[in-house]
Amino acid sequence: MVNLIIDGVKVQAEEGSTILEVAMFYGISIPTLCHHDELTPYGACRLCMVEVEDGRRIRLVASCLYPVREGIKVKTHSERVIKGRKLILELLLARCPNSKTLQDLASKMGLEQIRFNMENEDCILCGLCVRMCAEQMGSGAIGFVGRGQKREVATPFHMASEICRNCGACMYICPAIDLQCRGVKSPGELCNSCLVITPQCIEKYDQVMCTLESCGACVEKEGK
Amino acid sequence: MKKIRTSQELDSLRNSLLQQRDPNKPCVRVCLGTGCRARGSADVMTSFKDGIERQGLEIQVGCKQTGCHGFCERGPVIVIGPREIFYQKVKSSDVPEIVSKTLLNGEVVDRLLYIDPTGQKALYEHEVPFYKKQIRLVLANNGRIDPTNILDYIVIGGYQALARAITTMSCEEIIDTIEKSGLRGLGGGGFPTGRKWRLCKEAYGEVKFVIGNGDEGDPGAFSDRSLMEANPHSILEGMMIGAYAIGSNQGYLYVRAEYPLALKTLQTAIDQAREYGFLEKNIFNSGFDFDIKINRGGGAFVCGESSALMASIEGKMGEPRAKYIHTVERGLWNQPTNLNNVKTWANVPLIINNGADWYAKIGTEKSKGTGVFSLVGKVNNIGLVEIQMGTSLKTIINDIGGGITGGKKFKAVQTGGPSGGCIPEELLDLPVDFERLTEAGSMMGSGGMIVMDEDTCMIDVARYFLDFLQNESCGKCVPCREGIKRMLEVVTKITKGQADEEDLELLQDLARIVKDFSLCGLGQTAPNSVLSTLMYFRDEYDAHIRDKKCPAGICKDLITYVILEDKCTGCSACLKLCPQQAIDAYGLIHTIDSAKCIRCGVCRDACPFEAIVAK
Repeated sequence: MVNLIIDGVKVQAEEGSTILEVAMFYGISIPTLCHHDELTPYGACRLCMVEVEDGRRIRLVASCLYPVREGIKVKTHSERVIKGRKLILELLLARCPNSKTLQDLASKMGLEQIRFNMENEDCILCGLCVRMCAEQMGSGAIGFVGRGQKREVATPFHMASEICRNCGACMYICPAIDLQCRGVKSPGELCNSCLVITPQCIEKYDQVMCTLESCGACVEKEGK
Repeated sequence: MKKIRTSQELDSLRNSLLQQRDPNKPCVRVCLGTGCRARGSADVMTSFKDGIERQGLEIQVGCKQTGCHGFCERGPVIVIGPREIFYQKVKSSDVPEIVSKTLLNGEVVDRLLYIDPTGQKALYEHEVPFYKKQIRLVLANNGRIDPTNILDYIVIGGYQALARAITTMSCEEIIDTIEKSGLRGLGGGGFPTGRKWRLCKEAYGEVKFVIGNGDEGDPGAFSDRSLMEANPHSILEGMMIGAYAIGSNQGYLYVRAEYPLALKTLQTAIDQAREYGFLEKNIFNSGFDFDIKINRGGGAFVCGESSALMASIEGKMGEPRAKYIHTVERGLWNQPTNLNNVKTWANVPLIINNGADWYAKIGTEKSKGTGVFSLVGKVNNIGLVEIQMGTSLKTIINDIGGGITGGKKFKAVQTGGPSGGCIPEELLDLPVDFERLTEAGSMMGSGGMIVMDEDTCMIDVARYFLDFLQNESCGKCVPCREGIKRMLEVVTKITKGQADEEDLELLQDLARIVKDFSLCGLGQTAPNSVLSTLMYFRDEYDAHIRDKKCPAGICKDLITYVILEDKCTGCSACLKLCPQQAIDAYGLIHTIDSAKCIRCGVCRDACPFEAIVAK
């Protein structure tokens, strides 16, 4: 067993497990879009980044991939982390403004505005469907095509795949297009109608102190 | 050919070759590196061969091809032994004269000599200012040996280090030597090579791999390429020694397919090394087996990153993975893998031959040895430069590079390719080594050095590199894929004069997040061009944002072309060339109608009196 400290709490974890797994086990919520328990960690959405101090330096790591090590100190909700997560979410929302998953996360994290030119994509390129198809369905009918701005999920040569069994697992696991947010009236707007929660303790203590998700003690609810 | 099995056999082969070769026989060495080839050195080579053959001079004089000599600006270059006379800008038509005068009679053809800016003629390579301040270790034999002939490499002492390492040194000793020498990764990261080898040796794995990274993708960099084309055996020898020390039996060379000459030369070198028994089972009767395979890269910039490169060799999409578990523990096919740049590998035989202390004496306290740079941009002497670590930028640009072209003023030098930053004039005394460059907001990178003059707009430079990176990002992680795109949007807005202070703040926020949150080195260093220009050229950003002016006169939306009344002679040179008919001639003086003008700059270039300026 490995001893480490997450958000000030001393915890024990099995060797080889990732910070995200340990945090989830202890009820600490870390947002993520590209992680699924049954699939290989991918580290693409960068929302699960946490601050880790390993005795030598403090650095930002993707908690879904970083294996726990003896004596490390982890901050899952420090100011630096929260600021980065917000901007990454802002970048994703500018790409896919109507995704309910993203809009909900935005409300939860207290995102206030989107400062970029809006696009109208559906896919956030998290790669869950690609891994689902290859790892759980044993099919590998879809994959990433192109790089940089031209990256997309597709079948080889964009032709109907012979090995696709139309099982629908890719659609089942997709976090982005399953639910569309209907609350966005104009481009660049944040919906914020489902819930508005502002965790107060970040500003006070530089991190969320409690280990339970939405414990309520430090959360101020307001209707909009 | 009988395979070489012992170091005595290697020595006797070398001695017999030395006896066969007359050191006083005139021999012309023609550079057939990519730069000189582009300027027609292949024709020069053919002319020499034909000329010598036609006159039946094969016995008296020799002729051979070599790799890049470095002074690409003056190509095609040739060197004539044994006096080592250096000729530049040689054409096929010069060949008969060189054969009859220099090769046969030892006379010098004056007009082909290099004349430095002070009017001094240089007879030998080492007299040319470009070479004077260089210290050539890795590139030392580039212009001496025929890269397609293994015997040439053996004559200059090639494969001696391999023989010594395998037959007399233990794996530990080799790693100790490399560690003590202070050799660091020359691919840009600067990780201590000895420590990397040790970690890889200690890592548990049934098989281990070594990889030579020749995937050089920075715009304006050609140092790896020149080395692979000019001295492939030094890379192979280094890899063999490393593999023996680490305990690996299979090596890979990853070279981009855009380097056809490098690929061809390396493949020839591997075939010859196999033929002579250096890539074999039971090399030097030591029980050590090793072979090298070349993998051709498709040209993705990100595949220069170690984990993406390994994914590419595995046949997967070239995208990086997080390296919280290092590649020395789990790399290629999840086995311990030691990846080094080809320049790092080429240093290894030198260190084994000359000892760790010899190497540790060269360079600065923390950065040992030499650095190889491709010096390009607005300098007089474009070419491949090898300098001792710690040499100042000023020496490189002014002494070796011969100053700025056209007598213009220096503005900045960009090191480290798209991931590096721009260093301003105030920091020209900066000694070049890993630490100093990083402190200055740039990096060593793969050794590109782009010099910029006063006519360069730094925001336009940042825009160029962001554009390159947004296309070359693999697109896996959000900050890199989306962040660079948005940074480019903001910077483009600035170059168009549409940005305000808030945009600048957003740009800084984005730069920080892309740097901190990206998955691999490409993303983490991507904002460097923006951050360094913001740090050193803030006034230019302010001019674009507040005054809506481009001080360098580059950003088309912010400039107007004006004809200076006192200089215009009314010659109509501009008027005839303007594609928009935007220039009117009222009497003698011409004027530009800025509503019609598309700021192409044709008129400015056409004006013989410098009467047209961008404001």
